[in-house]
Amino acid sequence: MSTPVLDVRGLAYAYPDGHQALYGVNLHVHQGERVALLGPNGAGKTTLVLHLNGILTGGAGSVTVSGVPVAKRNLAEVRRRVGVVFQDPDDQLFMATVGDDVAFGPANLGVKGTALERRVLDALDRVGMADFVDRPPHHLSFGQRRRVAVATVLAMEPEILVLDEPSSNLDPASRRELADILTGLDVTVLMVTHDLPYALQLCPRSVILSDGVIVADGSTYDVLTDDALMSAHRLELPFGFDPRAVRASRAG
Amino acid sequence: MGAGHGHKLHYHGHSPVHRLPAHVKILTLLGFMLVVVATPRDWYLAYAGYLGLVLAVVWVSRVPASYLLKRMVVEVPFVVFALLMPFIATGTSTQVLGLSVSESGLMSAWALLAKGTLGVLASLTLAATTEPRDLLAGLERMRVPNLLVQIMGFMIRYLDVVTDEMHRMKVARESRGFTARNVRHWPVLARSAGALFIRSYERGERVHLAMLSRGYTGTLPDTRRSSRR
Repeated sequence: MSTPVLDVRGLAYAYPDGHQALYGVNLHVHQGERVALLGPNGAGKTTLVLHLNGILTGGAGSVTVSGVPVAKRNLAEVRRRVGVVFQDPDDQLFMATVGDDVAFGPANLGVKGTALERRVLDALDRVGMADFVDRPPHHLSFGQRRRVAVATVLAMEPEILVLDEPSSNLDPASRRELADILTGLDVTVLMVTHDLPYALQLCPRSVILSDGVIVADGSTYDVLTDDALMSAHRLELPFGFDPRAVRASRAG
Repeated sequence: MGAGHGHKLHYHGHSPVHRLPAHVKILTLLGFMLVVVATPRDWYLAYAGYLGLVLAVVWVSRVPASYLLKRMVVEVPFVVFALLMPFIATGTSTQVLGLSVSESGLMSAWALLAKGTLGVLASLTLAATTEPRDLLAGLERMRVPNLLVQIMGFMIRYLDVVTDEMHRMKVARESRGFTARNVRHWPVLARSAGALFIRSYERGERVHLAMLSRGYTGTLPDTRRSSRR
């Protein structure tokens, strides 16, 4: 099999205050996959995400991105390859205009002038926000800001897009628009989420992180319909949602 | 600039004052203010001249007077202080409208009002005719240290975010029946301010993480693209 885009081996991490968040995580994500990372609050999902681009390091185990180990000497390259979209777009959008914000990442990589302009417009175009290039981020709707946050990362041409709770705080229309955008992108996706219907809609494969270890890895349908597994890890389907009915209606 | 006129102090327009490069405007304002402050307070004609000059600039900029007047309320605390001065200051007293007031206090009040008003009016004119991001670019061209410009940029970006947060905290307080009516309520306000500070600090840390994630190495990269600015 080809080199996985993301290869996490035996990753363990304890915060400086002694709280151990990860106890040996193993995870492989291959080119073109869309994987949902599920788990209850406090399972270590965010800690894992922060290891993927080397914000947190120093525990045991290793993270490799398309063959490049996440280590201090490779940080710039790793951060280009792994695009993290954080949960609160106001944390991600810190420049004065949408255009400047999308330009921030590629400009850090040394892209300039017309090439930079092309990257910015192309990334905004992929999320349907090209008309907003000169707007200050604060005046956009929440859904629009989330989409721009995705564009800021797409502009770096990442090999894997890591999304932290992409559907949180979105109204149903924005949630669907974002799903359309994500399914249309030709990029590997790892999506941290509590939104199980969203996981089923977007990600063929799901893994469950619970108490700092991966406890399940399989097709999203199989994971969501394994009632014993789900309840053992504080995962619950929302009221009225049945993956079996969804599969039946998709098939029929 | 497409629709980028969202800031509360900025009045969108295309007058010569709007088009002037930001660093020229900043330096002009700075020079003007130094001259005003250095002018002896009994040169009344000079002050009339200064006011005329500022009003002329406002007229050329086509920013409505009412727009500027409304924003001049920031000066109110100084006005109150200035009005108190003739009554508090000591020295030879004189009669004004049947009241006995201090002569030196009266002069100080006049000087404070005149210089303050000119300063506020001139600064508001600058703010009304210059986009915040152009102001920052102007400061950068004036070789203001990059770190200071970055800090100001973040301030402009997050001012609204923090103000919104403050407003939500106020709504939450009032929803539970609290309104600050007198001094005894101040401790609650102080705790809110503390909570706001912590939240903003944590946001700062998250923003920093987001910056690092996109390859930030300590200096803001040049995000200018060929066909703009």
